[in-house]
Amino acid sequence: MSRDRRRVILYSMLFLVAFLAVWQLVAEPAGASGKARGLPGPLAVGRTAVEMIANPFYDNGPNDKGIGLQLLASLGRLAMGYVAASLAAILLGVTLGLSPILYRAVNPYIQILKPISPLAWMPLFLYTIKDSGQAAVLVIFMSSLWPTLANTAFGVASIKRDYLNVAAILQLSWWRRLVTVILPAAAPAIVAGLRISIGSAWVAIVAAEMLIGGTGIGYFVWNEWNNLALTSVIFAIVAIGFIGVLLDAGLGRLSRRLAYSE
Amino acid sequence: MAELTAGSERALEHAVERSIEYAILGGAPGRREFLRLVGASTAAAALASVFPVTAAKALAQDKGGPLEKRELKIGFIPITCATPIIMAEPMGFYKKQGLHVQVVKASGWAMIRDLSINRETDATHMLTPMPLAITMGVGSQAVPYVMPAVENINGQAITLANKHRGVKSAREMKGFKFAVPFDYSMHNFLLRYVLAEDGVDPDKEVQIRVVPPPEMVANLRAGNLDGYLAPDPFNQRAVYEEIGFIWMLSKDIWPGHPCCAFAATREFAERAPNTFQALVRAILDATQYAHNSANRKEIAKAIAPKNFLNQPVEVVEQVLTGVFPDGLGHTRNVPDRIDFDPFPYHSMAIWILTQMKRWGYVKGDVDYKKVAEQVYTATGTREAMRAMGLKAPAQSSVTHAFALGKTRLFDPERPEEYLKSFTIRKATA
Repeated sequence: MSRDRRRVILYSMLFLVAFLAVWQLVAEPAGASGKARGLPGPLAVGRTAVEMIANPFYDNGPNDKGIGLQLLASLGRLAMGYVAASLAAILLGVTLGLSPILYRAVNPYIQILKPISPLAWMPLFLYTIKDSGQAAVLVIFMSSLWPTLANTAFGVASIKRDYLNVAAILQLSWWRRLVTVILPAAAPAIVAGLRISIGSAWVAIVAAEMLIGGTGIGYFVWNEWNNLALTSVIFAIVAIGFIGVLLDAGLGRLSRRLAYSE
Repeated sequence: MAELTAGSERALEHAVERSIEYAILGGAPGRREFLRLVGASTAAAALASVFPVTAAKALAQDKGGPLEKRELKIGFIPITCATPIIMAEPMGFYKKQGLHVQVVKASGWAMIRDLSINRETDATHMLTPMPLAITMGVGSQAVPYVMPAVENINGQAITLANKHRGVKSAREMKGFKFAVPFDYSMHNFLLRYVLAEDGVDPDKEVQIRVVPPPEMVANLRAGNLDGYLAPDPFNQRAVYEEIGFIWMLSKDIWPGHPCCAFAATREFAERAPNTFQALVRAILDATQYAHNSANRKEIAKAIAPKNFLNQPVEVVEQVLTGVFPDGLGHTRNVPDRIDFDPFPYHSMAIWILTQMKRWGYVKGDVDYKKVAEQVYTATGTREAMRAMGLKAPAQSSVTHAFALGKTRLFDPERPEEYLKSFTIRKATA
């Protein structure tokens, strides 16, 4: 087991080194004028990364903030939209899961709404709620609603009838049935939905912030793109990836704790 | 700066005296007679006895009434056209009027429009056709706007990708993919004008896409575009990146054409008139400062950083000073490549409206004069300029001369005839 683990780590490292080497080879070195041409290499990106990590929380006014502040702004938006969407999705999902008829009546609408890119809602939100910050949060809401909703409904619908029957015999109140039977039984499915949702929310936030501007990692990418500062853009991409992994790992841990065997 | 301020204050006092003399003594001949009879200083003293000259001076110089709102947000797109709006923050022009302004960067013109309509910004950088279009409810919900100042005149260019180095005339551009920053932009109307004058139908024979200015260079590099008529610094940036060259400066289409604007909703101007006036003064002051070519290097340094344009100082300087490489191996020296002149002529609005009608953005009858007068507040701007001791044009509407095209003169009194003189157009009326 531990020998396998060592080999996994070894291979991982080899892939990384190979990737960086190929990248450095295809990247074009800065010309005589000092201006970078084409794709910047990993060394150039590394230098930018060191600069940015050294001072992540500087604040030079509304249009120029450190990468730490930008990431925090994005995470703040993410938290608001995601928590609201998750609560709504779980409540609706439980309702639909318990009532097959309601589920079949609502399902066509869910199927239509689900594949719409959350960004397509942006102009509509901006026009109606008249606030760019809230519009961005709503985009996150839309992007993290559907996976949790579908998984919750599915999880609740496939709870063993025995559990529900026992709860009925014990004459548990609606609330106690929800908290002690339904949610724990459906928890693995719900968390699986939450895990997909946070991924799609994190994907959407970058695009939403590129549109609305102001703050956030998406705005940062856009602002650096304006200046064709590709080293900053690449560093931001890596940072976005790392945060995504952390978010997913957090929910992965939660799902292991909630797993049960029948 | 200090000298400049002292100078403009003296000029202001002088202007106030002149206008009081004018008001009391009537026309110029009477005034000369009076001055000859009594001498200038006696005249000033005599005037002071019948009219509170000092008070009038104070009034014109005063910040107006109390400011309704001091903390303001102004939206901008990171382009050199926004120079006066942007530089007024780091260089203290807003502060001088007692305002605390944050300039907020927006990602594109649709966003600028929505931020302003949604009141997330108090006033905003716009393209000169936008306040007209929004007021008329074209391409937007109808919200009345006022545009007290043009930001820059000239300052645009047609940039082509390097592979089109051999292109000599617009006729050779059939099939090109072009970008402009927005439908309701001088960029769009000037590009269409140039193409159509050379017999190319801009709706049928080329593709014109809307791309936010900052994204144009990346698209040109990627080969998604053959060229664009864009605001700077993105023309010069394409040269700097060695991916494109400047084919034509927009001043060689219409010398002195308006480009960007400073605008606000009419509602804001009426709800906070003193604040609005103070803002206008700050913008006029900054525009005047930017007009002076001696100040351009200093301005380039102030607006190039990440917080504002986020561009290399070198590029911004090449744009503002007009000494620049054109991407074809020549260094050109065109001091008025971009210039700053705030006066919002009604005739500029009327030309824009003729083009909106020409290309089908508005249909049916347009009350050119009425819309122009409603939105381009030339009279108010003239008063504000004179009160600040700046020279302001006496006419709100003038005949504009083009440098390119069949009909070189645009007479604002005959917009419909002008419109009909074009053979390539969408409008049938």
